[in-house]
Amino acid sequence: METVTDSRLLWAVVTPLLGAGLVMATGRRPNVREACSFLAAVTMFGLTASLVPDVLAGRTPHFTLFQLLPGLSFSLRADALSMMFALAAAFLWILTVFYSAGYMRSLEEHAQTRFNTCFALALFGAIGCAFSDNLLTLYLFYEIVSVTTYPLVAHHQDDEGYEGGRKYLTYLTTTAKGLILPAMVLIYVLSGTLDFATNVHSGILPVGVHNGVIIALYICCILGFAKNGVMPLHHWLPGAMVAPTPVSALLHAVAVVKVGVFSTVRVMLHVFGVDLMDRLHLGLPTAYFVSITILGASIIALSKDNLKLRLAYSTVSQLSYIILGVALLTPTAIEGGLIHIANHAFSKITLFFCAGAIYVATHKKNISELSGLGRAMPWTFGAFAVASLSMIGAPPVAGFISKLYLLIGALDAGAIGILVVLVASTLLNAAYFVPVVYHGFFGPPSAGDAHHHHREAPLAMVIPLCLTAAISALLGFYPDFLIQFAQAVVQ
Amino acid sequence: MTAPSTINTGLPLLSVVIFSPLVAAAGATLIGHERLLRWWTLVSTTVVAVLSLPLWWRFNPDTAAFQFREQVAWIPFLKVDYSLGIDGISLLLVLLTTLIMPLCVLASWRYITSRVKEFMICMLVMETAMIGVFCALDAILFFVFWEAMLIPMALMIGVWGGPRRVYAAIKFFIYTMAGSVFLLVALIALRLKTGSFSIEGMMGQNYPAGFQLWVFAAFFLSFAIKVPMFPFHTWLPAAHVEAPTAGSVLLASVLLKMGTYGFLRFCLPITPHATHVFAPYLLALSVIAILYGGFTALAQSDLKKLVAYSSVGHMGFATLGIFVLNASGLEGAVLVMINHGVTTGALFICVGLIYERLHTRELGEAAGIGKFVPVFSGFLGVFCLSSLAFPGTNSFIGEFLVLAGSFAHSKTLTVFVVPGVIIAAAYMFRMLQRVAWGGTNNPAHTGLKDLEFREVVTLAPLLVFVFWIGLHPQPFVRVMHATVLHLLQQAGQVIPPAAVALP
Repeated sequence: METVTDSRLLWAVVTPLLGAGLVMATGRRPNVREACSFLAAVTMFGLTASLVPDVLAGRTPHFTLFQLLPGLSFSLRADALSMMFALAAAFLWILTVFYSAGYMRSLEEHAQTRFNTCFALALFGAIGCAFSDNLLTLYLFYEIVSVTTYPLVAHHQDDEGYEGGRKYLTYLTTTAKGLILPAMVLIYVLSGTLDFATNVHSGILPVGVHNGVIIALYICCILGFAKNGVMPLHHWLPGAMVAPTPVSALLHAVAVVKVGVFSTVRVMLHVFGVDLMDRLHLGLPTAYFVSITILGASIIALSKDNLKLRLAYSTVSQLSYIILGVALLTPTAIEGGLIHIANHAFSKITLFFCAGAIYVATHKKNISELSGLGRAMPWTFGAFAVASLSMIGAPPVAGFISKLYLLIGALDAGAIGILVVLVASTLLNAAYFVPVVYHGFFGPPSAGDAHHHHREAPLAMVIPLCLTAAISALLGFYPDFLIQFAQAVVQ
Repeated sequence: MTAPSTINTGLPLLSVVIFSPLVAAAGATLIGHERLLRWWTLVSTTVVAVLSLPLWWRFNPDTAAFQFREQVAWIPFLKVDYSLGIDGISLLLVLLTTLIMPLCVLASWRYITSRVKEFMICMLVMETAMIGVFCALDAILFFVFWEAMLIPMALMIGVWGGPRRVYAAIKFFIYTMAGSVFLLVALIALRLKTGSFSIEGMMGQNYPAGFQLWVFAAFFLSFAIKVPMFPFHTWLPAAHVEAPTAGSVLLASVLLKMGTYGFLRFCLPITPHATHVFAPYLLALSVIAILYGGFTALAQSDLKKLVAYSSVGHMGFATLGIFVLNASGLEGAVLVMINHGVTTGALFICVGLIYERLHTRELGEAAGIGKFVPVFSGFLGVFCLSSLAFPGTNSFIGEFLVLAGSFAHSKTLTVFVVPGVIIAAAYMFRMLQRVAWGGTNNPAHTGLKDLEFREVVTLAPLLVFVFWIGLHPQPFVRVMHATVLHLLQQAGQVIPPAAVALP
């Protein structure tokens, strides 16, 4: 792989930061402000997309921001793994700008300028994580995401908001400072560098480090990136559902949680490396460990009547698919895990968009109240149905491809137990999503509720959710675009 | 080490920097007008800061030898010399002192309303003494500056302080005075062994082990009180809470560094054997300080106390870095000292700004002011993040190096430090969240004015340093690197593994 210095990387990362500044400066004029957000989102996506040909051609664009000390720098790189996450996050930001404008204005939310500023800053953190060239840079942007999303989670500034925000920050900073920081320092002491390896095999830890130390570091890294929602450190995620829905949508289905999973995967593949994980038999135990999350979160999701909470637990469950795939350590399984980063992003954002649209149109939050609403809001519920299929892993929607790869990968690895987990999880997914769709379309309107009063949410919200649903389906029909990146990672 | 040819050549830059503030203090006695006095002090401290800059430019980072040497016989009959010189570590501390002084004057602009002349004279005398401590290479000269610092500081607390100022001033005075006595005893004992008061002459003498242990113990008591290390820290919160803003800033930014500087200048090179014997205990005390300072800060509702206890934790990092006795630990420790000067100084200024507006330091009363003073909140946010060692800010790189040194020394020890790192995030986020975001619509806040130009000027230079050291620490590490390696050699420690050593 050829490394080339490329300033587009810098601009891709700086754009949302500049965008945040513009949003703050133009706060008094909402339309100009939203235009600035949009402009930043489009520019960031354009810059990210312009890197695609280089990455596919096998080049690795690289940019050093600050050289702190030898072996210690803030620097950026774009490789295949970065691109899968960066493209999804950048593209979905564009749609979310429209959606959140529709949502926030319909509900006449307060402090919209602060909201949009923090939103752009969170994207700054997310894209920075995607393009991190070393553990230190990853840690920097990971922490930036934690801090800049706090005002979004606690947006309502009521007791519930503060409580959710407190829990959010407590979980995320405690794990980052208590597990990742010491692990990172120790890795630096052991190997003299924090730069990620250029392939998934070698890792950066030198030969001769005591196995016990490596295993301790590994556990710190799996649990420390608590944004990945792995149980038992997942409680912040349902707590953060007090945030306005656009926040839940982009940040808690795409940016924040994906930053967590991406960081975990990045460290597994490019710090420890497949060979080392294989040698120390770290793969299967990790896969079984996250299986607890996959099944446990699904079972909890079944018990939730609040739609956003059910989606939150579904997210917790689905994120672990990604880690599970990588932990199986076979090429197909890793590919399956990685494409699920993008597949899950598009499907889950659709579901959250739908939840927000339903709330704006009807002020209903609970699944039991949605009966029969599908006839009043066909587009929203149609999109919800498509995304649900993806979550369940039914063909031909995106999630099917991920699940197929994961199943094949599990067979390759000879892990029958994992196969059972995947099948059981599919049944559970169906059990908590199908009733929502079914009752929405075919259920009788709930008593005392005249549904003919309800209509679709504003177009600014409905169009984005239809688009994301359509892309979920497209990714199922044409999975090659993502798979080529995933294959480039594994090579 | 001593290259006679380099002594007393050219302009006596150090003497000029040390004594200019004293001259300015003499000038201040002639000025009657308060406004003019403030300007006079501001201009003179700024001039001193500018005068100290050539030290940075002309400093040769490739050698560990003392530079800008000056030596004149002072009391020949006792073999006491007027001997000055700086190495990489003292250079940074001198610059920290000279650069923070004008900011202290600015922070006192409106805060000090009575006895302005006396206050400004105190500040200027302090500056001379503080710079003198970092430059002195003769034990008696060092001690004179060391003691000279005490009186103006005690006066600052006792005259311009809060309601319990007399109690705090006396406590401060007694504690540090007690420490000084031990310092003097140790210096005289060394004089009896070596026959001179030259600090350089005291180094590398291979004293008998028993002698070293006693000398170290005396040094330790003196410096541990100054740092302050647990359990000698109780004077600190009292002094900080009662001191005026400028006093707190000087106390935090410069005076606390005297203790760690003492460890580096005296304990490591003069009593290396004792250093190794005592290091495990000092490491234990450092870890206790980090945890104790953190937990206590978490429990404070007084903003100044909160920042004061956070100082105990931060200085715990500095002593931890010193006594792991390897290159990254020591370099980290010096960076922590500088960073603490920048960040905690800034936080004390911020608390002072809140106090000037609300006349209270209670966290509950200050909750929610962020809505009315956005610029202030921005500054406070950055300094809080810096204090909790957010990556990209100055404190991060210092803590990172200390932790790296500590890991290289002992993994078990470092595991005990980690909760301290988490607690730092907890108390700083708690403060920032309440102040900037509290959400209480306190009617007392509606008329609050955001920062004026003078206040922005006070904080802005510190903000620059937060990011400069945070993102480009190489110049700072470079000036001290040779000194640190030399110090390790003197402390009889082999250079650490290649992974940790930084060129």
